[in-house]
Formats: sequence, C-alpha cells, structure tokens
Amino acid sequence: MLAVSMTVNGRKVSREVEGRTLLVEFLREHLGLTGTHVGCDTSQCGACVVHVDGASAKACTLLAAQAEGTEVTTIEGLAKNGELHPVQAAFKEHHGLQCGFCTPGMVMSAVDLLKRNPDPSETEVREWLEGNLCRCTGYHNIVKAIRAAARAMAG
Amino acid sequence: MYDFAYHRPGSLEEAERLLSGASDGALVAGGMTLIPALKQRLASPSDVIDLGGIAGLSGISEAGSTIVVGALTPHAAVASDAVVTARFPALAALAAEIGDPQVRNRGTLGGSIANNDPAADYPAAVLGLGATVRTNRREIAADDFFTGMFETALEDGEIVTAVSFPVPEKAGYAKFPNPASRYAVVGVLVSRGPAGTRVAVTGAGPCVFRSAEMEQALAGDFTAAALDAVTVAAEGLNSDIHASADYRAHLVGVMAKRAVAACG
Repeated sequence: MLAVSMTVNGRKVSREVEGRTLLVEFLREHLGLTGTHVGCDTSQCGACVVHVDGASAKACTLLAAQAEGTEVTTIEGLAKNGELHPVQAAFKEHHGLQCGFCTPGMVMSAVDLLKRNPDPSETEVREWLEGNLCRCTGYHNIVKAIRAAARAMAG
Repeated sequence: MYDFAYHRPGSLEEAERLLSGASDGALVAGGMTLIPALKQRLASPSDVIDLGGIAGLSGISEAGSTIVVGALTPHAAVASDAVVTARFPALAALAAEIGDPQVRNRGTLGGSIANNDPAADYPAAVLGLGATVRTNRREIAADDFFTGMFETALEDGEIVTAVSFPVPEKAGYAKFPNPASRYAVVGVLVSRGPAGTRVAVTGAGPCVFRSAEMEQALAGDFTAAALDAVTVAAEGLNSDIHASADYRAHLVGVMAKRAVAACG
C-alpha cells in the first residue's frame, strides 16, 4: 500500500491505495465520485475522461499513484454554486444525450477542447471526439451542444 | 491486473537503481501501452518505476539545426509546439495523429520508441529523420536503435532521456490508420536533409524499416512520380485480420507517395 495525495475538485484528498489502483477506481471507490464512468476499461470509449492538471485524460488508463500531487477535475467539479457549466447546460438544452452513460466523459472532453479552441468547427469537434464513443445519439446533438456551448462561453 | 510495487524516483540514477534491484521491473512514462498490458496480464512486473517524477525529461528545445524532444514530452505538446510546427511540421502532424486527444495528452515519445510497437508512429519519425536517441548512458543512432518487434538496442537499466532530430529540408508523413484505434496499418515517413534521403516504414513489418529502393528513387528525383517504378515485396510483411501482407505492401507504395506529396 502507498499513500496517494492529490486535489480533486478543489479538495485535497489523501488515501492509502495499492500500486495497481487506477485513478478511476480511486475516484469512484475511494472518494465515492461515481460520475466518472467505466465503459470499456481499455482506453477506447472515453466514459472515464477527467482532467489532470487541466488536460483531459482517461482515468481508466492512469494509475492513481501517477496522479500524485496533481489537480484532478471530475464531472462533479464542473458546476459552480449550483449552476451548470455552460457545456453541461448545452448538453441539456440540445439533448446531447440519450442513455447518458458516455455523457460525463463527453462533457469533460468537450471542456478541454473549448479551452484549447474556443470556436471549433463541426469537423474539429468531431475529430476531437475521436476518443469518446456514444452508442445512442449518432453524435449529432453532442456536436450541436458543444458548438452552442462555445457560443455561450464567448458571451 | 496483478499488484506490483510502485516507485516514483526523483532522479535517473534512482530509477536505474530501482530497475536493477527489481526482480522484474518495468518503467512507465505515459502508460498508454503498459497499463492496458497490465490489465490484460500480458505484463505482470514485480515493480513499476514511474519516470513522471523526474525533472528535466519533458520539453522541447531548439539547438541550431536540431530539435531536441525530451523523452517524457507528451504527443499533444509536440503537436502544438510553436518551434516544431514552424520548423518541422511533419513531426507535429505525426504527433497530432497518434491515438486520440486523451492518449496524446499522456503518451510520450520516449515511451513509444522504447516500446517499439510495430504499428507505432514515432519509430517512423526517429528512423526516417535519422534522429539520435539519447539515454542515461549514451547516444544511439536511429539506424541502430530499432532491432526487432518490441525490441530495441536499450540495455538493462538504460533509459531514454531525449531524441535529437536534425531539422530536415523536407519531410512528410502519411499513414493509413486503423479505423478503430488509429494506429498505423501502414505509415511512411520520407525526408531529405542532413541525414540524406530517407524513407521509413512503420506498421507494415515486424519492426520499422527503411526502404533502400525508395530512397534511391527519391535521391535522384524527390517526387511522388519517382516512386512509380518501385514495387514493394509482400514477403516478410505483417498479415492479420486488418490487412494482408499483399495489401500492406500496396499501402507502403501509396503512403510513400502521399508522404512525398505532403512535403509540399
């Protein structure tokens, strides 16, 4: 067992874990933050995307120990003072989900995209979502939601 | 995944010591290959030594006619670096096509070449540009570095620290990506510069290799048309459910021409 400390959604946390503990297990099982999902568990589907020091990463393919000392943001950390993040609000408004399983990863991935590219084209959004799979929507409303969020965030 | 002892050394010396002291030690950089391999129990090391805590292994610097990329530099950083995109767009484009954005945020140059997956992109860049691999012990020429499928010239305890790329006059990379995973079914990097005229092929064979015939053809006439006369033999190439050896041989020719065209 080893002690791992990091900041998750602005809160400093420290736990004893096994070396093999994945970041997604740390978040879900040790911290109870079950908004980050495990879909494929093979770094393909993107349901587990979180931000590690501001960059999106697949939490199923990262050891908790590798995130030592980092700032991690999960879907639970996006809303501020009870108000949805513009990307969350846009997913709701544009119905960018059906079953909702992939949604936390989609939203976290989209937030990273908009940080790097505040006004992405439809093609750029679709290319960015390479690592996020959705089996319900056909992506159309997800892309629409992300572009709407970009407009909303530009004010 | 079986459990292991996790270590996070603060220096290369400490990493080397931990590696030599472990009964079966594995280094991890980004972990984009090792962690899936651990989950599938394809690898079950006694000790995992994380290079992420060692300062100075990440970053890109320009030194005259070379660009030095630290071993722990993630693909996303190479793809978006101002110096690389300006002086060496082929390398930026190659890095931008690896995996998906989250893989590019974590995966590293050093990890990719030390692993030497037959379908990885970076080995084509290192070999196709005549780069030099720097380790904690020495410098290794690209031509000597990749020795076989998942095999390199790295010795026990040797750790890649950086790769030094000579800036080419021209370079282009084209790959036929696997539709699901984006690895190179075939990828070809062509370049002309201080290291001569080079053509490196990844994905097609058990290990990245140079095509002497294509290099000869391009040395005289660096155009896609110059490659028309070159036929690629299927013998020894990979064959799997995604592509037969014959199809890969065909793709080598097509990707080489596209890579030359991409040089602009």
